[in-house]
Amino acid sequence: MKPFGQVTSKTVAVPTTNVDTDQIIPARFLTTTDRDGLGDAAFRDWRFDQDGNSLDHPINAINPDTHAILVAGDNFGCGSSREHAAWALDAFGVRAVISTSFGDIFKSNALKNGLLPVEVDEATLDLLMKEPNRELTIDLEEEEIRFGNHVVAFATEPFARRCLLQGSDPLTVLLDAVPDIETFEREHGRAS
Amino acid sequence: MTGKTLFEKVWERNLVRDEAPDSPAILHVGLHLIHEVTSPQAFQVLAERGLKVRRPDLTLATIDHSVPTLPADTEGRLPYATPAAENQVATLRTNCSVHGIELLDLDDPRRGIVHMVGPELGRTHPGSVVVCGDSHTSTHGAFGALAFGIGTTEVGHVLASQALFQRKPKTLRVMFKGETAPGVTAKDMALAVIARLGMDGGTGYVLEYAGDAVRALSMEGRMTLCNLSIEAGARAGMVAPDETTFDYLRGRPGVPDDWQAAVASWSELYSDHDAAFDHEITIDAAAIAPMVTYGVSPHEAVPVTAQVPDATDANASAALDYMGLAGGADLSAIAVNRVFVGSCTNGRIEDMRQVADLLRGKRVADHVRMLVVPGSAAVKQQAEDEGLDKIFLQAGAEWREPGCSMCIAMNGDKGDPGEVVVSTSNRNFRGRQGEGVRTILASPSTAAASAVVGRLADPRSIEVTA
Repeated sequence: MKPFGQVTSKTVAVPTTNVDTDQIIPARFLTTTDRDGLGDAAFRDWRFDQDGNSLDHPINAINPDTHAILVAGDNFGCGSSREHAAWALDAFGVRAVISTSFGDIFKSNALKNGLLPVEVDEATLDLLMKEPNRELTIDLEEEEIRFGNHVVAFATEPFARRCLLQGSDPLTVLLDAVPDIETFEREHGRAS
Repeated sequence: MTGKTLFEKVWERNLVRDEAPDSPAILHVGLHLIHEVTSPQAFQVLAERGLKVRRPDLTLATIDHSVPTLPADTEGRLPYATPAAENQVATLRTNCSVHGIELLDLDDPRRGIVHMVGPELGRTHPGSVVVCGDSHTSTHGAFGALAFGIGTTEVGHVLASQALFQRKPKTLRVMFKGETAPGVTAKDMALAVIARLGMDGGTGYVLEYAGDAVRALSMEGRMTLCNLSIEAGARAGMVAPDETTFDYLRGRPGVPDDWQAAVASWSELYSDHDAAFDHEITIDAAAIAPMVTYGVSPHEAVPVTAQVPDATDANASAALDYMGLAGGADLSAIAVNRVFVGSCTNGRIEDMRQVADLLRGKRVADHVRMLVVPGSAAVKQQAEDEGLDKIFLQAGAEWREPGCSMCIAMNGDKGDPGEVVVSTSNRNFRGRQGEGVRTILASPSTAAASAVVGRLADPRSIEVTA
């Protein structure tokens, strides 16, 4: 799995709340059978009109080399379970999303793709919304974000954090548990 | 000792390994449903790592999202929206064949939307864990299963192990007091819950729906209610199984061989009277009216008799702009371009009957295009056996082949920019039913009434012809 340790980059602020995964990647791009190449589809209908002309939108500032941190309104990534949303954000150049809360399934998907969802309090989010384009460090080892004189702690589910820091695959750990799964199936009358 | 909730009982029955501070629990999966859209990349991971599907017998595949709802042409070719859509369906066929997974293919009379077929075949069992790469997996919670949507990486995990890492969620009971009024459906109850909780009020929780109004619902209604749990942020919604549940399942092919033992075991699945929930809300069932949405999120819902609420912030204002609505306007003044009946939310036989009741002897308004799409081949057959298709066609609606259709608009069924679509589906997100399309979520009855009137309409205002 793609590891995540620390990222220092500038922020792009989008105050919209309840950004659903249909906005992150519209369903018409879901007929792919690959994980790759979804960067162009990210926020497609925010970035282009129906004739393919570019639209003015703050999200256009995302750049993996300079602006890789998205600051978004509450409940980012709600709705559909499509992991394509995490793949598209990653391919588009987003390394981390900061918000006050996330859709459950999106958060789980992001953590499995080296894309860090960072949950902060409302005051911190307000501060970051008011001053977009500011340099910020997200440190997963220390579980803190640092900008200016501010140090703000955040929490990540411990197992997902360990996998991200080590770049290790949770599936390997799950497969190690197969003997226990087999025992469970035998004891509960679920063996094949 | 404090009693246990329904959720806790089901959680414990499927716990391979309990959670620890540094490790999530491992849950056993009793039924893994897969479809063409969220599975190909999971099979790719299996291929890359040389892994097999561990329990193909507990895996069931269907084709629903990308499939056309128009019939094949004279040469047997289906009108797929794109070659990519057709390729995705072909990829699922190959993957199922390679791994020995049962696929309900397009010529199978048992096929349908993924959340229709599990219950119809009796494969959704009370007390089990049901997962699928689809957020509306919460539907199966209607049977007292713990059912939730997962991402594609996790689809790979379940294929390879038949288990899943999971942190234990919190519990929230939604208690309906009293009974619903005539003309009010499970869809209206669900929209009332979402309007109350907000779009993320259920995040981190498993909902349990309880109270007389829930007990009075058929399994179809309970499935509609649980289906929409995710629209309040909750990954799962549950209803304790009872005689209604057992009556629905009895005799279906996928139920356990020892039926008596199964029912005895399932009968223990209810929240104890002294069970503690992390959170609880109470809803006055009698006060619920037919509900419709006015914004771009399912929680932006009000009674159809109401006015469009004024926007209180920039996000709400942007939502009204997208919908072309102004605060204070009567909802009943909204002109309708299209009506869609179907989806895993409202594509069941009961929904078809409700629509037929309102369309019988009437015509869909001239400027409205109405699409009725059964959720499964079984529903299509049943509706035709009852003559409902003739009622739809005589009213001027279209009667299609089963699939997700306009709910997600991946298969070519969609609206045009700026059109208002009254839809029985689950999401009114921007662009969900086509770029620039304005979706209003409603019950099948409200959708049918709106089709007849040509404006958003209260189904209680329509005279039903016998």
